[in-house]
Amino acid sequence: MKNRLRVLRAERCWSQSDLAERLEVSRQSVNAIETGKYDPSLPLAFRIAELFDLSIEDVFESPSRHSSKAI
Amino acid sequence: MKMSNPAFRRYTWSVVLLMTGYVLILFGVNAFFDHGAPTGVSAYLAAALPALPIVGVFFVIGRLLVDLKTDEYVRMLLVRQTLVATAVSLTVATVWGFLESFDLAPHLEAYWFAVLWFAGLGVGNCANAFFERGASE
Repeated sequence: MKNRLRVLRAERCWSQSDLAERLEVSRQSVNAIETGKYDPSLPLAFRIAELFDLSIEDVFESPSRHSSKAI
Repeated sequence: MKMSNPAFRRYTWSVVLLMTGYVLILFGVNAFFDHGAPTGVSAYLAAALPALPIVGVFFVIGRLLVDLKTDEYVRMLLVRQTLVATAVSLTVATVWGFLESFDLAPHLEAYWFAVLWFAGLGVGNCANAFFERGASE
């Protein structure tokens, strides 16, 4: 799932480790989510969005909306 | 996987303690059977004793999965790793069992399949590395 995690993190000058610490996950997890290799659960997605004071849709791109745009 | 995670540190220390206990128990039980010639219930209990630390390792892996509840991605990797290990060991156990029943393979003590399961964790780790290419850079 595409997301703006890397951009949002860079805007705050946070490293992956900084973000991982704030989310209480490993840096490996942050990297997997950022690169779209892993889709977080809804609770983790909420934690991420709340950390940036944004809604989930502002952080993650809806896969269904993305595919309908492509059509 | 990040070893600085307290859950992994607890897991590592638990495994070290259990394996140390396993070696000590195995020596003790061997000596008991060599010199004591036990029979009856004591023989059964003594013979089963070395299995306890191994069962303990299974428990410790289960506890690690529980402890990783906030780090769902790493937990998913560990679940996949253990599933691969289970698939490898059960497949070999099943095939070996049939070969043995048709006298095409020598008898193998069942505890070797637990050893194979631990080796399967290594295979599971390779599977994780393969499927998660690019995610751990």
